[in-house]
Amino acid sequence: MRVERWRQSWGRRAVLGVPFVWLLVFFLVPLLIVAKISISEIRVGVPPYEPLLEFADGAFVGLRATVTNFVLLFEDSLYVGAYFQSLTIAALSTLMCLLIGYPMALAIARAAPNRRPPLLLLIILPFWTSFLIRVYAWMGILKEEGLLNGLLMWLGVISEPLVILNTTAAVYVGIVYSYLPFMVLPLYATLEKLDPSLLEAAADLGARPIRAFWSVTLPLSLPGIVSGSLLVFVPAVGEYVIPDLLGGGDTQMLGKALWDMFALNRDWPSAAALAVAMLAALAVPIALFQHWQSKLDNPEGQE
Amino acid sequence: MRRSVFLMSCLSFGYAFLYLPIALLVVWSFNGSRMVNVWGGFSTKWYGELTRNEAFLNAAWLSLKIAATSASASLVLGTLAAVVLVRFGKFRGRLLFNGLIAAPLVMPEIILGLAMLLLFVALEQLTGWPDGRGFSTIAITHTTVGMAYATVVIRSRLAQMDESLEEAALDLGARPLKVFLVITLPVISPALAAAWLLAFTLSLDDIVATQFVSGPGATTLPIEVYSSVRLGVSPQINALGTIIVAVVAVIILAAWRLSLSKKPN
Repeated sequence: MRVERWRQSWGRRAVLGVPFVWLLVFFLVPLLIVAKISISEIRVGVPPYEPLLEFADGAFVGLRATVTNFVLLFEDSLYVGAYFQSLTIAALSTLMCLLIGYPMALAIARAAPNRRPPLLLLIILPFWTSFLIRVYAWMGILKEEGLLNGLLMWLGVISEPLVILNTTAAVYVGIVYSYLPFMVLPLYATLEKLDPSLLEAAADLGARPIRAFWSVTLPLSLPGIVSGSLLVFVPAVGEYVIPDLLGGGDTQMLGKALWDMFALNRDWPSAAALAVAMLAALAVPIALFQHWQSKLDNPEGQE
Repeated sequence: MRRSVFLMSCLSFGYAFLYLPIALLVVWSFNGSRMVNVWGGFSTKWYGELTRNEAFLNAAWLSLKIAATSASASLVLGTLAAVVLVRFGKFRGRLLFNGLIAAPLVMPEIILGLAMLLLFVALEQLTGWPDGRGFSTIAITHTTVGMAYATVVIRSRLAQMDESLEEAALDLGARPLKVFLVITLPVISPALAAAWLLAFTLSLDDIVATQFVSGPGATTLPIEVYSSVRLGVSPQINALGTIIVAVVAVIILAAWRLSLSKKPN
């Protein structure tokens, strides 16, 4: 059949080959280079690292790999601290996003069907506007002579302005604010599919709404909770802009440490080692996400 | 279903949280005073200053060019990848392909930026290209991210599409390329438009990865804004933010109205 024949044709190979080659060259290979440089020795020069494989007269003579970069990372309390602070900040921000986002998603899922699209649009709209501008707006709110302090002093709640900007608290505000839509959307997707007759059955059997929520709604929305949490947690760990703009000296996050090591110290091998360490921390959540994603792609398990 | 007061107040609080900072930015942009807590009268002077700011204008123009280039490349690559994922079934390397197309969605941008820079440095050593960093290195980096997002959008539309249309055309003797151009593309065109816009927006907004792969002569708008914002709140940035919010709101609302009117009731 024609259909069968085209499946083997050159056209098919081109359709597969073009995006495949792009992803190999401009995504996989770069990551492999990071891994390679993370075990290379630093040197003064351009580029600032020693070649991994040594050649003499065109012949391969040896491998110069080192774990020094990783050892140095683990010995430096600055980076160990940044590692754990990044994970803590990301985890707590994810939890806060969940606590704020879950009721929002539930409220939208339970709204009248014709009112859901505009409500969802309002969730998505901020995502399309500039991320940088939205984080920047918080600087005007949180700074010492900013709006929040002005308001609180006018109300008489405080007499001295609070220091919020350039603290870890401001970083939390920024991350929760920026990533909230990523939590609400997958939650809504699962809550919307939830069969309302299940809740009616629970009510008929005498369950109070709270009880029905804990034993019906919450367990059934677990896939949405997982994918929403991953969409917040993973990018939050590597966040660079928010801690740089809103955080202060007490906020040490991996993203910022990596940039400083790369741009200020010009220590590319250590920056690469830090990237590998960050990926190692994220490998489990990323693999989980991939697993979930492929399940969504092939719900019948046809592959 | 019973309307819960608790849920409704949570929703209102959530929207207030999302929109209050944006609303304040708009108000500040028309404030004659530099202070955020002092109202210095209605003024459009910051917009005037913005239009005379050469650095911002040049950066904006470069950003638009890069965003249009990378969005178009993302659209082509994303469409091909979506066809592969939805229509190709099993093939060798499918697992790797799946992983590679989804990974940029969750990869921290700082790692992607570093990785791309190291690639370009290695390439330059080996082949002499790219000669320094600028337009092409930024556009390539944005395309890798953009195509991953474009694939997600196009794939979901393609998966919903009735395959029997394509099969009928193939049985009637149309060539696969013709079937794709005449049948498939028109059906998935709304998703294509959405994918292009998404890739365009992501490119226009990117800071972290761009910071690694941009050169001294190539400053995009977010990089320019970022270096100015690090110094503190500036009325010109308020005006710029307001313009961005207004443009985005108009485009999204127009697209939304369009999609509503197209639906057969």
